[in-house]
Amino acid sequence: MRFAFAPSNWILLSPELFLTAAGLLLLGLSVAFGKKREEFLAFLAVLAIVVTGALLVFVSSQAGRKTPILGGTFVVDNFALFFKALILLSLLLSVLASVRFVGAAPYPGGEYYALLLFSGVGMLFMVSGNNLISIYVALELMALSSYILAGYFKAEAKSTEAALKYFILGAFSSGVLLYGLSLVYGVAGIMGVPELAKLFASAERSNLLMLGILLVLAGLLFKIAAVPFHVWTPDVYEGSPTPVTAFFSVGPKVAAYAILARIFYVAFAKFHADWSLVVALVSAATMVLGNIAALLQSNVKRMLAYSSIANAGYALLGVLGFRTEWGLWGILVYLLAYTFMNFGAFSLVILLESKGYAAESVSDFNGLARRSMPAAVVMLLFLLSLAGIPPTAGFIGKYYLFSAAMKAGYAWLAVLAVVMSAVSLFYYFRIAAAMFFTDGSGAKLSSSYALTAVIAICAVGTLAIGVLPQPFLSVLKACGLAP
Amino acid sequence: MQSLSQIPILSLITYIPLLGALAIIFLFPKEKTGPIKAFATLVAALDLAASLPLWWAFDRAKDGYQFVETASWIPSLGVNYHFGIDGITLLLILLTTIIGLIAVYCSYSAITERQKEYYVLLLLLQTFMIGTFCCLDLFLFYVFWEVMLVPMYFLIGVWGGARRLYAAIKFFLYTLAGSVLMLIGIIALYFYNTTGFMGYKGLGNAATFSIEKLTAVAAGMPAQLQIWLFFAFFFGFAIKVPMFPFHTWLPDAHTEAPTAGSVILAAILLKMGTYGFVRFSLPMFPEAVRNHGVIGVMAALAIIGIVYGAMVTLVQKDMKKLIAYSSVSHLGFVMLGIFALNMAGIQGGVLQMINHGISTGGLFLLVGVVYERRHTRMIADYGGLAKQMPIYATYFMIMVLSSMGLPLLNGFIGEFTILQGAFARNFWWAFFAATGIVLGAAYLLWLYQRIFFGEITNPANAKLADLTLREQLTLAPLVVLALWIGLYPKPMFDVLRRPSERIVQAVGGPIAQAPAMGRKADAPAAAGSEAPRP
Repeated sequence: MRFAFAPSNWILLSPELFLTAAGLLLLGLSVAFGKKREEFLAFLAVLAIVVTGALLVFVSSQAGRKTPILGGTFVVDNFALFFKALILLSLLLSVLASVRFVGAAPYPGGEYYALLLFSGVGMLFMVSGNNLISIYVALELMALSSYILAGYFKAEAKSTEAALKYFILGAFSSGVLLYGLSLVYGVAGIMGVPELAKLFASAERSNLLMLGILLVLAGLLFKIAAVPFHVWTPDVYEGSPTPVTAFFSVGPKVAAYAILARIFYVAFAKFHADWSLVVALVSAATMVLGNIAALLQSNVKRMLAYSSIANAGYALLGVLGFRTEWGLWGILVYLLAYTFMNFGAFSLVILLESKGYAAESVSDFNGLARRSMPAAVVMLLFLLSLAGIPPTAGFIGKYYLFSAAMKAGYAWLAVLAVVMSAVSLFYYFRIAAAMFFTDGSGAKLSSSYALTAVIAICAVGTLAIGVLPQPFLSVLKACGLAP
Repeated sequence: MQSLSQIPILSLITYIPLLGALAIIFLFPKEKTGPIKAFATLVAALDLAASLPLWWAFDRAKDGYQFVETASWIPSLGVNYHFGIDGITLLLILLTTIIGLIAVYCSYSAITERQKEYYVLLLLLQTFMIGTFCCLDLFLFYVFWEVMLVPMYFLIGVWGGARRLYAAIKFFLYTLAGSVLMLIGIIALYFYNTTGFMGYKGLGNAATFSIEKLTAVAAGMPAQLQIWLFFAFFFGFAIKVPMFPFHTWLPDAHTEAPTAGSVILAAILLKMGTYGFVRFSLPMFPEAVRNHGVIGVMAALAIIGIVYGAMVTLVQKDMKKLIAYSSVSHLGFVMLGIFALNMAGIQGGVLQMINHGISTGGLFLLVGVVYERRHTRMIADYGGLAKQMPIYATYFMIMVLSSMGLPLLNGFIGEFTILQGAFARNFWWAFFAATGIVLGAAYLLWLYQRIFFGEITNPANAKLADLTLREQLTLAPLVVLALWIGLYPKPMFDVLRRPSERIVQAVGGPIAQAPAMGRKADAPAAAGSEAPRP
């Protein structure tokens, strides 16, 4: 592997490099400022994300960007660009949603924003990763930042517990993933994703390789919280500060889906017959368990945690449909929709204050329609979208995923998915019922311009993709993965 | 009426209520309930006024869809914004706009809380219902079909009776569970038309959701696939109808919903299911529909619905529940007519959809009147009302007679034509259906007797006021319609002839068998048009 660092490489890497620099700057300022001027730091973080976005636009206009650089470990194809944009969006939303929480916590805010940005850098590298090792290193950067974020409220026992659980199980799963990667390397002797595809195209399957692939799959399924690797999710989601939970539910999951797709669509495509049955069963189990368990929750964050598990099951339908374009489209459009609607739902949870923090139980939503009709209607929009009712983003996303499953020949899975999607309405609408049908006074409303902006962005996104999906779909169609 | 085709009249009718709802949201403060009511009524009246010209402008001799509007919506999927109506949807849309106005107008005194939200939801519901009937694009149809559930859920859940939460979510979940299976059917149809799926080689056509094109495509599918897809769609429609044994949501939803909600549920929402069978299941899957097993199941479920529904109705103590169960029985009739697969059956079935909307909608309105005064729906709490409320008793009598199918009123025309169609198909179908009519007369007359005859036993009933002018105005249009259809049904049959012929042709049934009533009325004109066409 020879690193020829051409000047054009700097340009292609500029978003990542800039975001890293911004994170370091915030960390330094955090030392200088301590607990002061946190809103200014938040503003800097937002600015950094926006500039990174502008750099991303610049990168997308570069000719020849699709050639892998850094010895073939880093590639800026349309697929990576799409996910980078999605990751920056979730970072932006996370920073905006965090302002009040960070202000209320007795810890320096600069650290918090810096960690968010570092985690973002990890994700940006992940989705561009074109080599199993570079993907793994980027994933660890994301994961380590996440562990600390989960435990940001040091004095809260729940937050610490969440961080510890996340760390121990996350480290374990990283170990599993690394073990799988090493087995694959042991068989193939190379690590590049396209090179592996080329090599495997003429290779025979061997048990050692299958074990490697299975372990890689298990490691990644942990990151997207699919059954049976989901047990950490409810505890971590419940214990983490709510803006961090919102971030966990979209950013890292989106990035994990990107590498899952890249590794399995491209590198392991030849052995799809072996892994797709596993993925189908995992998808079925994830949808069923996620939705059924969510039915029993009275804590909103736990309910949304199980709902995000269920959503991971739907999105796996897209992984199954990888041999047709529907699979990839399904993943892309669903993750886009999911980012808006899921973050939107969490931002409403943040909007409600209970015990100084966000809403905890469903009853915190009681009578929200009487106190603030716009807030209740927007929450209803997110709930409808999560349940897949048209005309919302969630419906368009699910339509593509169900199509992918049908096209790939998994009619039974598609039927299970639609039935489970109907079941999910029951728990989503417990919140709707609390908001509109009860008169009780739930949690207090707290609002800030930043949070209002988050809710507005999510609502517009959720509705726009549902009502006028064409512009989004045209973009997605150009984001294919070249095998 | 040439000019009517120049303007997007169907979109106008569909979106007038939506615009009205938006205006109420943004222009009226929620304390100003008087202006909100007046404005909502105005919007509903405007919508009715916009829809009425369709009746005259509609060309009864023309095949296919009229007032068609097309625009591209999601080119990536081949989804178009495609509106258009035929005779069947013409009647259903007119029924919707009439019932829509009545629903708004009848709520003035019944709804005292959160009035702004209430009228917004009623108007939204109307947009979604009309949109569902106008759609000629399957994807768009599904969008309207699903989103319609949301306002109805809130109407039941906020303004409903004691068990409203349970009823609202049960309604939503039941109907949603059915329609998501329909979504799988739609996806399968889409792939069959384009690139194929699961071992079926696709036709390779351009992606489309056009109902006309997909109907032609679906009708050419292998019989086995047709049966699968028939049942995928079946669940969506059968739950909505509701057919036995999918009817259990109905009594709860009907009983708990506010009066206007029950009226809309009975008059329009249930018709979505039967409309689905007529528009989709029959022409799309003729091989499945002709299959003896399938048709046997459908007829059996319809007949069980008729007889079982009527028997359960007999023992009800709650007026609303009684009328709700009678709907199960009546819609069994409609289904039996549709699956007779001949002209009489289908025309009768569609006409009976309208009739049921008029008579059952009217009965729910009438129950709402005394419920508002006494806050009880138990039959035992009433008795002897005829003396106290003579006008009310008269209206009630007309609606009861219309519902039980007395000659000269609308119900008779529908039931007779259905029986004619069923008889042509199978003697026993007609035989069992006829027992349903006898039972229907029993439960309706017994209901009437218990409420109106005898002495006033409950002192609370002694001071009941008779109908107000507003209440009479909500009921009078239904009485006029019931009499019109009962005395002179020819215009209805004229409108339904072409679309029914097309459906019968699609399923390969006998065209020549037009209903006796329609034929007698215009024998000379019909002679030419009823000859079997190539």
